[in-house]
Amino acid sequence: MTFDQLLTATEPTPPLMEVRNISKSLGGKLILDDVSLSLNRGQLKVLIGPSGSGKSTLLQCIHFLLQPDRGDVILDGKSAWEMSHFNICSFRQKIGMIFQDFNLFDHLTALDNVAIAPRKVKGLRRTEAYQRAKEELARVGLSDKFDHYPAQLSGGQKQRVSIARAMAMDPKIMLLDEPTSALDPELIGEVLNVIAVLAKGGMTMLMVTHQIGFARHLTDEIIFMEAGRVVEQGSPKFLLDDNSESRTALFCSHLTELTGR
Amino acid sequence: MLAFLDIPIVESVLYIIRGTGYTVGLIVGAMATGLIIGLPLAAIQIFGPRWSKALAALYVWFFRGIPIIVLLFLFYFGVFGFIEKLLKTYSGYNVALPPFLASVTALGLVSGAYQSQIFRGTILSLHRGQFIAAKSLGFSTIGTVFHIILPQALRLAIPAWSNEYSILLKDSAVAYLLGTMEIMARIGHLVSITHRHVPFYLLAGLLYFLLTHVGVVALKALERRTRIPGLGNDPQEV
Ligand SMILES: Nc1ncnc2c1ncn2[C@@H]1O[C@H](COP(=O)(O)OP(=O)(O)OP(=O)(O)O)[C@@H](O)[C@H]1O
Ligand SMILES: [Mg+2]
Repeated sequence: MTFDQLLTATEPTPPLMEVRNISKSLGGKLILDDVSLSLNRGQLKVLIGPSGSGKSTLLQCIHFLLQPDRGDVILDGKSAWEMSHFNICSFRQKIGMIFQDFNLFDHLTALDNVAIAPRKVKGLRRTEAYQRAKEELARVGLSDKFDHYPAQLSGGQKQRVSIARAMAMDPKIMLLDEPTSALDPELIGEVLNVIAVLAKGGMTMLMVTHQIGFARHLTDEIIFMEAGRVVEQGSPKFLLDDNSESRTALFCSHLTELTGR
Repeated sequence: MLAFLDIPIVESVLYIIRGTGYTVGLIVGAMATGLIIGLPLAAIQIFGPRWSKALAALYVWFFRGIPIIVLLFLFYFGVFGFIEKLLKTYSGYNVALPPFLASVTALGLVSGAYQSQIFRGTILSLHRGQFIAAKSLGFSTIGTVFHIILPQALRLAIPAWSNEYSILLKDSAVAYLLGTMEIMARIGHLVSITHRHVPFYLLAGLLYFLLTHVGVVALKALERRTRIPGLGNDPQEV
């Protein structure tokens, strides 16, 4: 390796997304208290924490589905606050969101669920949008389910459709909010597989999950939240080591006791 | 058949058929007006800022609380009378606004109040997470309404809409009081010539019955054609 190559290799690249000092109150209660984090291109970070600690609220604030009271999100060098009200929709397009309970559009087939946003939001032509939708559904292993309505799909299949739907918009980042919590145990694997493939393919992701066993092999950083604050942040090896005294390790050991995983 | 009544048969039949046409026009116009008023009113009641919610509630409260017949007269003599006077003052012409228009508008205003409650119910019954998902994909509020909410809410509204149709159809009979030449006005006219009350009012009843039946069957067919598995109640499963 030449000196020049070494230089460019170690040069810090700016993070793809920076979440800066976000605070949010709901119903007069402080839910997020000065939360900051950043994601590099291709990185997967895992967000864990007890129920009610504000994980879902944080994801919604990052997406500007909920407007934070303070703080900013910088995506690809652009501040969300500096976008005009009109442009916030285009900011949201760059972020894909996967929900615990799928939130598929009930009146559309799997294919239309995936094709509708490319058609109606991005303005893609019908044939192009459907072509793309078929590719995305094939990638999540649902080539045989194009014409099925959400009510005719299993939970695992619904979640895979919702991943295909988000991916069809070419997001720069995916936010996943407990994507497997609503699934029967035997269906969790198929969804985790798809997420693992996305991660290996270089997708940048922030994922809330309690599947610690799965997560620690894919992620290089775990963020632990409690009562609206980031309490700990570090590599799974460091935080989850058997003799680690971290809060994260304690929390996860409780999880393992509960779920046996 | 009508020969015993001493009136020309063909002319009488045509006369009543034209009246049926007026009734159909009244109900179609009023249902459409009610739809145009009811949908945004429902959206306001759910998604609007607080002051607009209060206005929408006021509208519903007002139009559900007044008998249609009172509203009809108020509207015809009050609003239409006022407009006619204005037109006369500013254009110099004597314009007579058709009572048919007043009837359609009055019935439509009332139906709007009821239809807003129908759509409010169906929108609230939709799975809310879909709206957030649409937002997360970059849909604007209007885009969400048109591509996600309406296609579902309209489908689910068909059964209640069919109910509203059958009620409004019979309410439309009051339009004859303004001289709209619909079924009741014409039947009443024939009765006054022949003094045969029972056969003619039986005929009127039969006509309303048929119109109700045709509309309800058509809407049922529409419901079946547009049904989506898992959206709303599947009658086969109930
Ligand atoms: N609209 C709201 N108004 C008031 N409080 C709210 C609202 N939404 C959420 N909260 C509160 O905010 C807190 C954080 O909620 P959030 O859903 O972000 O937690 P979470 O970490 O995702 O929990 P879980 O693991 O159960 O999903 C909770 O105490 C919740 O009661
Ligand atoms: Mg949550």
